[in-house]
Amino acid sequence: MSDSAVRVRELRKKYGDVTAVDGIDLEIARGEVFALLGPNGAGKTTTVEILEGHRRRDGGEVSVLGEDPGRAGRVWRSKLGIVLQSATDAAEFTVRETVNHFASYFPRPRDPESVIELVGLSAKADARVRSLSGGQRRRVDVALGVVGSPELLFLDEPTTGFDPEARRQFWSLISLLADEGTTIVLTTHYLDEAEALASRVGVIAGGRVVAVGEPATLAGRAEAEATVSWSTPGGERRVKTPAPTRVVAELMAQFDGEIPDLTVTRPTLEDTYLGLIGEQS
Amino acid sequence: MTATLPTRPTGIRPVETVRLPSAGRLALKRGALELKGFFRTKSQFIVIFSLPAIMLMLLGAMTKSRMGVPGVTGAQLLTAGMIGAGIMSTSFQNLGINITLERHDGTLKRLYGMPMPRMAYFGGKIIQVLVCMLAEVALLVAVGVLMFGVQLPTTFDRWLTFGWVLLLGGIACTFLGIAVGSLPKSTRGANAVITLPFLIVQFCSGVYIPFADVPGFLQIFASIFPLKWMTQGMRSVFMPEHAVALEPTGTWQLPMVALVLGIWCLLGLLLCLRSFRWTARDS
Repeated sequence: MSDSAVRVRELRKKYGDVTAVDGIDLEIARGEVFALLGPNGAGKTTTVEILEGHRRRDGGEVSVLGEDPGRAGRVWRSKLGIVLQSATDAAEFTVRETVNHFASYFPRPRDPESVIELVGLSAKADARVRSLSGGQRRRVDVALGVVGSPELLFLDEPTTGFDPEARRQFWSLISLLADEGTTIVLTTHYLDEAEALASRVGVIAGGRVVAVGEPATLAGRAEAEATVSWSTPGGERRVKTPAPTRVVAELMAQFDGEIPDLTVTRPTLEDTYLGLIGEQS
Repeated sequence: MTATLPTRPTGIRPVETVRLPSAGRLALKRGALELKGFFRTKSQFIVIFSLPAIMLMLLGAMTKSRMGVPGVTGAQLLTAGMIGAGIMSTSFQNLGINITLERHDGTLKRLYGMPMPRMAYFGGKIIQVLVCMLAEVALLVAVGVLMFGVQLPTTFDRWLTFGWVLLLGGIACTFLGIAVGSLPKSTRGANAVITLPFLIVQFCSGVYIPFADVPGFLQIFASIFPLKWMTQGMRSVFMPEHAVALEPTGTWQLPMVALVLGIWCLLGLLLCLRSFRWTARDS
């Protein structure tokens, strides 16, 4: 068994004259949480849908859990969990009926009741799916993604429409699954989400991967100049420096005790990301 | 890690000895779910299931006039016609609209990503259609017998005819419903693409108006489609023997009914095999 869950070489996909994916290479290891970032129309969803077997590719090699998604069968599908981007199905069924039903498709499902609890819908278990709020509806999708106890879970913008508390709950659920060894591939617009969850991120722009790395060190983020700021009686002072420790040491010599309002900041993932996609366009 | 996950079989994964649920079992589960969904979706339940019976009661009460043949009433003709239309409504219209909805609300996409044998989906549809169709036909026959003096068939021959017209008509319209479900580009388009043509064919096929009263060129038009032959077969089952005089050809033409419905079964199968798509169209 290969140790990579997803391996993509030179993936290409066109819709008519429009090139959506223009030679993507990706390697995602088993057990990894990988986030795909990128602006709308960058090719994230197309790429994920090809990996899930929902779309055919025009060129390149794709291997997901050791098989070609274009040809794989039911056993392969039973190892995947898929959380679609915008489903409104199952409207007339209750949460419990829906989760129970889809659990029965899998050879080794999780207990549906525990899954409902896990996504925080126990109080709504007997409510019709159509009556749920947008965020609750998304949690049903997540429940259906994990009920088959997948080896590999795809999440396409899973927390869109969540309130901050629901997002935190969702993050701890993903961490739980990751701790258990589930490989997770997610697309997201929220950079804090990628930073909180992903062991690695890939930035896609214009159908190509423009950077891959750990969130903390993506595209030289760790080596970038830091900003040191503090207060003086004359107002706030800022210094951009490759050596913030030295600046702070100098400040400590200047001030007696606490340096007023001291902060040392590196570029955020968002700064790095915007820089990356800005270069593209 | 403090929290624990719900049951997941522990230990080393067995090497590819995964036992998937059988297609038959999943088809039954899908059938049960589909039925629940059908009777809970008010628009579908009312338009597809209740409307034929309501139309029969209303129009039947309005057409009391004798048809020029003793012992034959317009309401009896209408009952036979509505049974044909009821078969088509619970198969063709039901599936056409239902599959259009499922393509646009993400049901098909979700199912495609699940470890579900493709046949379980169609098996579920067939179960749902079969239950609705039998309930619909029973309801229409009951209305005809209780309100309009329709006689239940007394000979084995007539019950046999009833059986095969129901079967062939139901199969043909099921396939056509699956095929037509791929046509509408949006949920709203479903009525224009499915309900309107169905209504036109009903009027031309002698459902609401005795077939003999339908103008000649529309009779020829209606003869292309299965519904005309289904209503004719049902008239041969539920009308008195001498009512055959009201048929334009003066006979029930049962071999022709079987032939045309049989051809539509094959054609319908070909059409749905060619047109059905799980995945979104790449455009």
